[in-house]
Amino acid sequence: MKSRTVVLSLVFAALAVGIALLSLSIGTSKVPVGDVVEVLLGGGRRGQRLIVLELRLPRVATGLLVGIAFAVSGALLQTLSRNALASPDVVGVNSGASAGAVAVIVLAGTGGGNISGFAGKVGIPLAAILGGLLATVIVGVLSIQRGQVDGGKVVLIGVGIAAAANSLVAWMLVIGDVNDAGRAAAWLAGSLNARAWSDAVPVLIAVVVLLPVAILFNRDLSAMVLGDDVASSLGVRVARIRLLLLIVATLLAAMATAGAGPIAFVALVAPQVALRLTRMERPPLVTTALLGAVFVVLADLVARNGLGWLHVGPYELPVGVITAAAGAPYLLHLIGRQQRGR
Amino acid sequence: MHVENLTLAYGPDSPVVAGLTLEVPSGRLTAIVGPNGSGKSTLLRGMSRLLTPQSGQVVLDGQDIHKLPARELARKLGVLPQGPVTPEGITAAELVSRGRHPHRGLFGRLTAADDAAIDEALAAVELTELRDRPVEQLSGGQRQRVWIAMVLAQGTPHLLLDEPTTYLDLAHAVDVMNVVHAAAHTAARTVVVVLHDLTLAAQYADHLVVMGEGRIAAQGRPVDVLTEQLLDAVFGLQATVVDVGGAPVVVPDRRLAG
Repeated sequence: MKSRTVVLSLVFAALAVGIALLSLSIGTSKVPVGDVVEVLLGGGRRGQRLIVLELRLPRVATGLLVGIAFAVSGALLQTLSRNALASPDVVGVNSGASAGAVAVIVLAGTGGGNISGFAGKVGIPLAAILGGLLATVIVGVLSIQRGQVDGGKVVLIGVGIAAAANSLVAWMLVIGDVNDAGRAAAWLAGSLNARAWSDAVPVLIAVVVLLPVAILFNRDLSAMVLGDDVASSLGVRVARIRLLLLIVATLLAAMATAGAGPIAFVALVAPQVALRLTRMERPPLVTTALLGAVFVVLADLVARNGLGWLHVGPYELPVGVITAAAGAPYLLHLIGRQQRGR
Repeated sequence: MHVENLTLAYGPDSPVVAGLTLEVPSGRLTAIVGPNGSGKSTLLRGMSRLLTPQSGQVVLDGQDIHKLPARELARKLGVLPQGPVTPEGITAAELVSRGRHPHRGLFGRLTAADDAAIDEALAAVELTELRDRPVEQLSGGQRQRVWIAMVLAQGTPHLLLDEPTTYLDLAHAVDVMNVVHAAAHTAARTVVVVLHDLTLAAQYADHLVVMGEGRIAAQGRPVDVLTEQLLDAVFGLQATVVDVGGAPVVVPDRRLAG
C-alpha cells in the first residue's frame, strides 16, 4: 500500500470515530463528549448511559456498518465492471433488495402493528438478499458477452432492472395496508431512525465476514483492472474470482439495505472520492470502507439535527435524503465525465 | 514449446485454426504473419490459455499447458494480448509491478527480487526515467513498451506477444521490435510475436511462420520463406521482394489508374 493511501485511511478512521462520538453527544438531550467517552468505557450516570448506549449507539453503529458495507460493495462492482457508475444503487442491486424487503413488510405485515418476530428479524434480510442476488444475476447474465463483462452494458441494463424493481415496490405500496405502506415508504428513503441492535448485528456479521474475503482478493483485483486476458495470463482465475466477488458485493449491499434501507449514493460516491484522493487506478478497499462510514454517520448527524439547527423544528430527515442531496450532483458530474470519454 | 494438432474455434462455428502443428525454436524470436482472418491471433490465444482448444495440445517443457495450475503456467509463459486497456491513473512502475503477480503471496510488500525484476524490465524498455509518470500521459510507443516491460517483469522463459506494433508509427514500431528482439537474444527467451508488417517481421525474426486460412502456409528463415510466389499465393499480393542486407523487403507493385 502506498503511504498516501495509509495516511488517508488513518484520517478517515479518525474522522469516523470523531463524528461517531459527536453523534452520540448531540441530540435533543445533549451529553458532553467527555461523558460519552466515560459511558463507553463503562462509567457515567444512568440517564446518560440510557441515552448513549440504548438510544444512540445502535443507530451510530448501524450507520458506520452500512456505510462500510455500501462503500465496499460499490468499490467491488466498479472495479469488476471497470465502470465508475456501476454501484449497487445504480445497477439495481439495492432496488432488488428493497423489493424483497418491502414484500416482507407489506405482505407479511399485520396491518400497522410490528411484523411478528421471525418475519421481521430473518425475513427482511433474507428477502433483501434474494432480491439483490436476483438483480445481480439478471444484470450479470445479460451484460456478459463472450466471457467478457461490458461495463457500459452493466450500467444500462442495471438502470432498467432498478426501474423494474422500483415499480414492483410502488405496486406493493399501493396494494398494501396503509400503515405497512407508510412504514415501508419511510424505510425506502433510507433511514437510521430508531435502529436497534437487532438491525446492526446482521450488517456487522456481513462486514466482519465479507470485508476480509474482499481484501483477500485485493491483489487479484489489481491484476484484473488490466483486463481479463492480461489477468488470466498473470495466473488469476478471472471467472471464478469475479463470480465470488460479485456475490460478496451483492450480499454487502443487500444486508446494508436490509439494515437501513437503500441509502442512496454512498456506494457510488465513496469509492470514487477515495479513488481520486489516493490517486490509485481502482478504489482502495479499506480507504473506501472508512470513507463510506464517515459519509453515512456525518449525513445522519445532519439528518437528525439539521432542521433543529435551522430552527425549523424538531423533525428528523431520513439519512438517505442527505446522502442523495450530496451524491446526486456527483453522479451528474461522473456522467458528464464519461460522456466526454474520460 | 510445441503445438500439436491444435484445432481452435469460437463457439460452434467452423474452426479458425484446424489441426495445426508447430515446433517453436527455443531461445529464438519467432514471428507469425498472415492475411487478416488467417487465424494468427487465434493461434496465439490458443498457445496461451486464453482460448481452450477443441482438440490437440500445446506442450511447454514437456507438459500440456491446460494441465498446469494457473500460477505455475504464469511463471513459465508471459502473454501480452492485443491492444491492452490501460487503467486511468496507473504509473509505469505500478503497471510493470503487476507482472510480478504470479511470484507473490497474498500479502506483503514487493520483495527485493520483485523490485530488481521491475527495475530491469523498465531499463530493458528504456523507460527508467519515466517510471513514475501516469501511463496515459505517455506516447503510444512508450505505452506499448511499458506493457512489454510488464510481461518482461513476469520473468518467464517464454513470451507471446499479439501485434505489439499495431497503431504505432514506424519509428515507434522499430523501438518496440528492438526491445522484443533483445528479450529473445540477450535474455535467451523463447519469443513468439504476431505481426502484420511483413518487412518488420522479416527484419527481426529468426523463424518466420506464414499462416493462411488457419494453416501454416510456409515456415523457416525469412529469406527462404518470404518469396514473391508465396505473397501471391497466400496474401494475393503482387509484390517484388528485395534483399537488403540479408533480410527480405516487400515492395508492393503499384497498379495506378489510367
